[in-house]
Amino acid sequence: MSDTSKKQRVFSKVLRYMKGYRLLFGISLVFVAVTVAGMLYIPVLAGQAIDLAIGINNVDFKGIYKILIKIAVVTAVVALCQWLMNVCNNKITFGIVRKLRKDAFVKIQTLPLSYLDSKPIGDTVSRVITDVDQFGDGLLMGFSQFFTGILTIAVTIGFMISISIPITLVVVLITPLSLFVAAFIAKNTFSLFKKQSETRAEQTAFIDEMIGEHKTVVAFSQEDEALKKFDEINTRLQKTSLKALFYSSLTNPCTRFVNNLVYAAVAFVGAMICIKNGNAQGGLTVGGLFALLNYANQYTKPFNEISGVVTELQNSMACVSRLFELIDQPSQIPDAPDAHVLSENEVDGTVNIQDVSFSYTPDKELIRDFNLYIEKGQRVAIVGPTGCGKTTLINLLMRFYDVDSGSISVSGHNVKDLTRGSLRSSYGMVLQDTWLKCGTIRDNITMGKPDATDEEIIAAAKKTHAHSFIRRLPQGYDTVIGEDGGSLSQGQKQLLCITRVILSLPPMLILDEATSSIDTRTEIRIQNSFALMMQGRTSFIVAHRLSTIKEADIILVMDNGKIIEKGNHEQLLANGGFYCELWNSQFET
Amino acid sequence: MKLVLRFLKKYKLECIIAPLFKLLEACFDLMVPLVVRSIIDVGIANGDKTYIIQRCLILVALGIIGLVCAIIAQYFAAKAAVGMATGLRHSLFEHLGRFSYSNTDNMGTSSMITRMTSDVNQLQSGVNMTLRLFLRSPIIVFGAMIMAFFVDPDIAWIFVLVIPVLSVIVFGIILAGIPLYKKVQSKLDTVTSKTRETLSGVRVIRAFNKEQDEIRDFEDANVEHTRLQNFTGKITSLMNPLTYVIVNLGIIAIIYFSAPAVNSGEMSRGGVVAVYNYMTQILVELVKLANTIFLVTKALACARRVQSVFDTPVADESEKSFDIRGDENAPVVEFKNASLTYTSASAPSVSGVSFSAYKGMTVGIIGSTGSGKTTLVNMIPRFYDATEGEVRFKGLSVTEYDTEFLRSQIAIVPQKAVLFKGTVRSNLCWGKPDATDDELWDALRIAQAADFVADKDGGLDAKVEQKGRNFSGGQRQRLCIARAIVSKSPVLILDDSASALDFATEAKLRHAIRELDYNPCVFIISQRTSSIAHADLTLVLEDGEVVGIGKHSELLESCDVYREIYQSQFKGGDANV
Repeated sequence: MSDTSKKQRVFSKVLRYMKGYRLLFGISLVFVAVTVAGMLYIPVLAGQAIDLAIGINNVDFKGIYKILIKIAVVTAVVALCQWLMNVCNNKITFGIVRKLRKDAFVKIQTLPLSYLDSKPIGDTVSRVITDVDQFGDGLLMGFSQFFTGILTIAVTIGFMISISIPITLVVVLITPLSLFVAAFIAKNTFSLFKKQSETRAEQTAFIDEMIGEHKTVVAFSQEDEALKKFDEINTRLQKTSLKALFYSSLTNPCTRFVNNLVYAAVAFVGAMICIKNGNAQGGLTVGGLFALLNYANQYTKPFNEISGVVTELQNSMACVSRLFELIDQPSQIPDAPDAHVLSENEVDGTVNIQDVSFSYTPDKELIRDFNLYIEKGQRVAIVGPTGCGKTTLINLLMRFYDVDSGSISVSGHNVKDLTRGSLRSSYGMVLQDTWLKCGTIRDNITMGKPDATDEEIIAAAKKTHAHSFIRRLPQGYDTVIGEDGGSLSQGQKQLLCITRVILSLPPMLILDEATSSIDTRTEIRIQNSFALMMQGRTSFIVAHRLSTIKEADIILVMDNGKIIEKGNHEQLLANGGFYCELWNSQFET
Repeated sequence: MKLVLRFLKKYKLECIIAPLFKLLEACFDLMVPLVVRSIIDVGIANGDKTYIIQRCLILVALGIIGLVCAIIAQYFAAKAAVGMATGLRHSLFEHLGRFSYSNTDNMGTSSMITRMTSDVNQLQSGVNMTLRLFLRSPIIVFGAMIMAFFVDPDIAWIFVLVIPVLSVIVFGIILAGIPLYKKVQSKLDTVTSKTRETLSGVRVIRAFNKEQDEIRDFEDANVEHTRLQNFTGKITSLMNPLTYVIVNLGIIAIIYFSAPAVNSGEMSRGGVVAVYNYMTQILVELVKLANTIFLVTKALACARRVQSVFDTPVADESEKSFDIRGDENAPVVEFKNASLTYTSASAPSVSGVSFSAYKGMTVGIIGSTGSGKTTLVNMIPRFYDATEGEVRFKGLSVTEYDTEFLRSQIAIVPQKAVLFKGTVRSNLCWGKPDATDDELWDALRIAQAADFVADKDGGLDAKVEQKGRNFSGGQRQRLCIARAIVSKSPVLILDDSASALDFATEAKLRHAIRELDYNPCVFIISQRTSSIAHADLTLVLEDGEVVGIGKHSELLESCDVYREIYQSQFKGGDANV
């Protein structure tokens, strides 16, 4: 797709978001028009007043007072309209920003996990927050300066023509010089800025690495080496920064200079015309010249602002297009309208995996023609080295990902024919990567059962031994914990996650055993809680502990994302394969 | 403030030239209305065309001089600001490089990075703008007033009223705006953390079907943020209309009071025009001044943050003797009743540890999370110093050695496996800059990393991306082990550094390390009893105290904690041992 048509598409999408604000937008434009016209009218009025004060004993006091009242009224109107205009613009911009963020957030809830897993969280967050913010800033600047600028130019030309056509010509002809200068400087500084930001990025990356991993740098006494490399980049940055900063700061003095030229030219031509006219009626007066000089002083300003707005708008379009990329992502296939809602009494605990094939990327096949029938209450242990893709199976069972071919059936229903909601509520899931939301302990525990009574909550927490530490927190169950569990230890967070599942206790379980980050005592508690939950329930366990593995009814051995062996402990040992090697390496000293 | 001045010292001349030329430019700007006055009062009134031509040429000349002054000022301002930032970054990086582990812990790496990047950048533009505008704006504001007095003292008193009122409005609204903006920002932070949360918890949220609740919570914060934005906007957008009203009231007053003066001949028409022009100049510059002040306060806040980095004292290395090498016959590492209490911690993280480790010995350290295992080994290369007792290396307290020498004697593989941008070779050579290919391959083989390095494009010269992103966790760990082995240091510390390896690879690694030909004293930290079962000496830590010390078999007999850990891991496997 060509660049321009892409830009147009982004723009038309932005327009769609503005649709709801058509009326407000129209009102804002009216305010802009009144503000601009009023502001430019005041020098004309002042000029007229000056023309009424010609010299000694030649002052029309009455006329001047009338004009002064006019100035006062216009000023009041302009001030009010300007304020209202800003309020309108804010309302439109912030409203659009809010809507964009909401749409993005709603979208996130329906995006397939394959998309979310492939994007770093920081990247998506920065789209929803930073990019939208930048877009809002640009839009606001656009509203407040673009139309104001255009109107100012038009109205100024109108007023100037009404005062003196030759001077208007002088102004209109010389001013483009200022634009030319500004454009010339902008063009030349662009590459300098690009170079500056490249060097800056290089330096930031270096800092990020060296300071971020400072402890390792210290351990190997590499501080001096690092400083040497840093200075090399730093010197380069100094050079490019100086150039970029200097050349870009030329814009203001240069356009101001052109402005001064225009000013001098207007003064010259105006004064000449004044003399030629003498004091003839209808010609250019001193008051008129005064007004024109005032305009000449400000005439280039809107041009500079508009060109500034254009770059700003381009930038904000680029930002919003990054957000649209997110919003326009295809959602996961929604539940069919006739999808079956699996009720809790229906769940018999059987899971039938038939001919399942699956891969995350088409070029790397992971699971192929996998068959497994799990009876009610059986325990399935998933075993393998760290990073071998043990979560893949969880992803498929929970329908975070869909199988490429074959089927998974729960209690006789193909999971594709069930609503995702009802399928997922029939599993209780505890992941090793504990996640708690910002809120009270109670909020977190009752996620699966919002209407749980205090007694139920405490009973569940007692079962997992979480009650004792919760009780000791400042506000007990109403203690607010920060983002990602705040100050709770890893083990405490894990216990809360388990309590969360114990409270709702669905018929099937998916458990990820804790590994190294938890101390032995807590681990024993967690094990006991797991054991309690698993009684009579079909469970899938990503297992690290030998006792769990050994006692499992079915062991799935995974390596490099693939299921390479399946069977029970004795069978697998007898096979003498990967599992056997894994098992025996435990005892080698 | 002092900090900025320190780094501007080298640019004294620039710092004088830049504002000076800005000041000149401002003076020339202030001349323009006077020239216009003479064109009206003399040129037009007398119909003197040559006079007008002369005056207009003066206007052009003023413009040219102004341009030259401005360019000179901009150049020197930029030079001083960029130079200051460059020097500051250098010193910061150097200072941060000398940070000890506890310094790093206290400050946090992310804020260290922010100090070096965005804070310094803000300071740079703060200095730049200060040099350019801080003198210009007040000069124009007060200069305009003085010029007005010069033109007509009877009218100029209007300026004396207008300037303070304008200042009150401009600064009042800015001051009122700051806390409001802060509120908006903190609400935006809530929106941000909601977004982050929904992404990091996506599996749990979907497992519990909480999508709608998430949207509702988010929308609450989102709406509140928008409301605050609109409210803040309403207040801050008052600035332009209000100042506009004040200036126009000033203009009305000027015309009102100058009309009788013109009538009586005390004042000329050109004079009225000149005073009017001075009034309009004030407004523009006051707004600029306000923005500059805003920028400068922000920059000052950055300066304070940067200053706090410099205020953090770092170890002084100057008085160390560089030739102490220790006694070869003494224990390589010896702890004598050593304790460590972290700054701001109430209880010691390691207390009263005593043991000796000799050449060729393997020391295992085991215990639950937070029991002080890493802290204990970090005391050997002096990442932290013992707050009580003593740690000795080859018979002498570690504090007596030159730190760089000491650390070259201790190769450590940290828990977090980190590589640096470059090549496999450049990473491995951290331990020994002049290592040969053979030495490097040897190290890789011992670390069980030779296979995958050989498979990489370029072998030893294969690219390593930042933080080693292009290697898997297990590969990174093995490369870090190789990096530590290359230096053949007498002490090798493995801090839980095989956690990402499967049992089989770990066993091979363990075996290879035991066979190391240079006989180092090896410390192995682990949570698995299997990893340290063969150690000559194992320390069992619990809450920072040694609760058991001895060999595997002895500990099984004597130490409850050890037995508990062992059984929790081997319960299922007993039958097979």
